[in-house]
Amino acid sequence: MHELSVAQEILGIVHQYVPDPKPNTVKSVKVSVGKLSNILVDSLTFCFEAITGDTPLNGTKLEIIELPVKIQCSNCNKVSEIDDPVFACPNCGDNKINIISGTELKVDEIELFDEIKEQQ
Amino acid sequence: MSVITVERKVLEKNDAIAQQNREVFKKKNLFTMNLVSSPGSGKTSLIERTIHHTKNKFDIAVIEGDVQTSLDAERVAAYGVPVVQIITQGACHLEAGLVRDAFGQIETNNFEVLFIENVGNLVCPAGYDLGEDLKVVIVSTTEGDDKPLKYPAMFRNASALIINKIDLVPYVNCSTALIEKNALSINPSLKIFKTSCTNDEGIAEWCGWIESKIKR
Repeated sequence: MHELSVAQEILGIVHQYVPDPKPNTVKSVKVSVGKLSNILVDSLTFCFEAITGDTPLNGTKLEIIELPVKIQCSNCNKVSEIDDPVFACPNCGDNKINIISGTELKVDEIELFDEIKEQQ
Repeated sequence: MSVITVERKVLEKNDAIAQQNREVFKKKNLFTMNLVSSPGSGKTSLIERTIHHTKNKFDIAVIEGDVQTSLDAERVAAYGVPVVQIITQGACHLEAGLVRDAFGQIETNNFEVLFIENVGNLVCPAGYDLGEDLKVVIVSTTEGDDKPLKYPAMFRNASALIINKIDLVPYVNCSTALIEKNALSINPSLKIFKTSCTNDEGIAEWCGWIESKIKR
């Protein structure tokens, strides 16, 4: 259960871009989470809501995009998506593969409310 | 709608400290291993047997990570090696900053090998670089042979696999061949050792591998 510390790191990054957020300024935070990053999406959402609940970021939505595991075969060069944990090329069966996507854990974007909305 | 493009790794702070650790370890010519496993698979016992078998060949220091107690550090300290205990107070993994602080508390420079024993957990430690040269994952025969498939990230990130408690194979429903097969399906480059910390089977081969990695 390291989603809480991951949520705190995300919040830390948000504060670097929006140092003193007022209520209703940050609409959402977009995060990419690879399927191999050992993050439970529901748990991360829960932790983010829990640590922002009593702050001006209450209501800011954590939008999580789950990225599939993509591998590239060193033998036949084909790029494939894999679902099961056996890391072999579905095309030729070779197990000399490179993971090209699926381990990501990054903050992509912070979306702010339009100023007009803020004034309303 | 106003969007700020961020494109930053969530764990970048940890990664930056891990890189600093790596440079410090490199400068001191250390071979550093991050030992990861589920609780009770024998990380501390493996460290104890390794110290015992290599005491005339090279010197070892140990950083112990646990949620509570300094029991592991006390066990290792009985062998007369420098050891620092990190108590994570509930956190399920070690982070690079904790290792940096613990390393600063080791009072001697007279060692060539550093063991970092992570918190017993096959999930969370996989994502946190500590600055080690490599991760060693330990699975004991009592855990069953399906663990590599259930925790692929950990086995993918490790360089070596220890299959421990092989003396118990006659009593448990576990095939070491299947552990090997499953682990290699996730990470074909894993270096595999089969050990028993009770009768020391396989320990000499493991210690020989460590010796071959020492940067003199």
